[in-house]
Amino acid sequence: MKDQIARRSFLKIAGMSLGIGVVYEFAPFLANRLEAGAITDFFKKANGEAPASFTFAQFSDPHVGFQGPPDPLGTKAFETAVELINQNAQHPDFVLFTGDLTHDAENRDAHAQRMQLFKSIAGRINTSALHTVPGENDAALDGGVLYREHFGETYYSFDHKGVHFVALDNVSRGRPEVGADQLAWLKADIGRFPKTAPIVIFTHRPLFDLKPEWEWFTADGDVVMNVLAPYENVTVLYGHIHRHHFRQTGRVKHYAARSLIFAFNDPATNEDKKQLPFNKDDPFKELGIRRVTSERDGVALRVNDVVLTKAEFSGLSGIQQMLKGNNSIGGGSSNDTD
Amino acid sequence: MTLTNKLVLCGLLIGMAAYSTPNNSHADESAQVVKITASKFHFTPDHITLVKGQPVILQLSSTDRAHGFLIRALKIDADIKPGTVTHITVTPTTAGTFKAICDHYCGLGHSGMKMTVVVQDVTAKASSEHVLTASNTISK
Repeated sequence: MKDQIARRSFLKIAGMSLGIGVVYEFAPFLANRLEAGAITDFFKKANGEAPASFTFAQFSDPHVGFQGPPDPLGTKAFETAVELINQNAQHPDFVLFTGDLTHDAENRDAHAQRMQLFKSIAGRINTSALHTVPGENDAALDGGVLYREHFGETYYSFDHKGVHFVALDNVSRGRPEVGADQLAWLKADIGRFPKTAPIVIFTHRPLFDLKPEWEWFTADGDVVMNVLAPYENVTVLYGHIHRHHFRQTGRVKHYAARSLIFAFNDPATNEDKKQLPFNKDDPFKELGIRRVTSERDGVALRVNDVVLTKAEFSGLSGIQQMLKGNNSIGGGSSNDTD
Repeated sequence: MTLTNKLVLCGLLIGMAAYSTPNNSHADESAQVVKITASKFHFTPDHITLVKGQPVILQLSSTDRAHGFLIRALKIDADIKPGTVTHITVTPTTAGTFKAICDHYCGLGHSGMKMTVVVQDVTAKASSEHVLTASNTISK
């Protein structure tokens, strides 16, 4: 499906993204537009940064500590993704992790060890910064206490080269919700920005009712969307569902990332949620490369998902082959538009 | 708020009411009471049948920790706290089969904590049976 982007959109997603992590490239292509001057002035005054091209990556749901089945490889996909990013000549400016960094453990010490292991692996990435939000496995059982000890606050924001990033926590209240306090904070935080400012929300759960009976929703997601509605260039990056998905609600574009541990089945064709079984002959099934290509005039972008071919457990050779564009056609994606 | 939203909100208020009391309560005695117990990581019973248009009181309790009881499609969303009985008065307006889930994360088995709620349209069923009977009569 072709995803339309408003012609005045500031935030252009181009280049490639990876199924086992996503790489987004942002280009300041409002240079010739009227609002570009205002946006540039705003960010220069706000933090001294002017809009500029940059790349960042999104990793999601590595579930460090998970032991198969269905996936007996533990952290292998996560570590492979780290290697892959490091081998790329262009290192991302930063990496976003959209939750479930660890698999839950009811023993606090065991869970803390998993968080340390996550930090050890993520720390190998050649990048300037890591930004995380919790998933329910990280923070729902203890209200985010252990998560905060290891990673800091569960919601916050920052600016980078002309884009405002907002980390939203929709897990640590135990229920899939953002909550009144955070909503008030969000409203005040983005209220400082012009309506044309590019904003990226990164969070764990979908902010719309994707499949509530699978707990793929945020109870007060509609309130979040109302807060975001006046803004013209909002992108939401999330995880939780362990598969690619795109939806546009109003002007907001929502992209789900694949996980780094196992995939879930298709909610459109299945009544019950199930982990896809591990297949030794196809260990990266439903992991792959997503290429997002901006068309020439910048009005539309094309999303191609590529399912990895057979590879050894390391998967690196297969991934590199895909990156070179060999045998890299195919794969499906799950897109819809409201 | 638009007129449509007001009507929807009014409908929800009429269709469902929830309240919690310590241990026992005095609910609408004319409505059928269905007791549902939540425990890590299951509901007991795991299947109930309701009748469209007929009020019922769901009496929810927990044996261990906080759980949730959510059927998004029926606008049912309740907290279940240990030591407290939560009552929800529901008048289902839509027939079908629905999944109720626990939406309070309660541990590693949480994602499997669900139950089935069937809402039968007795009027439609009776009508359907009538049609079937008539059809059978004709075919004979």
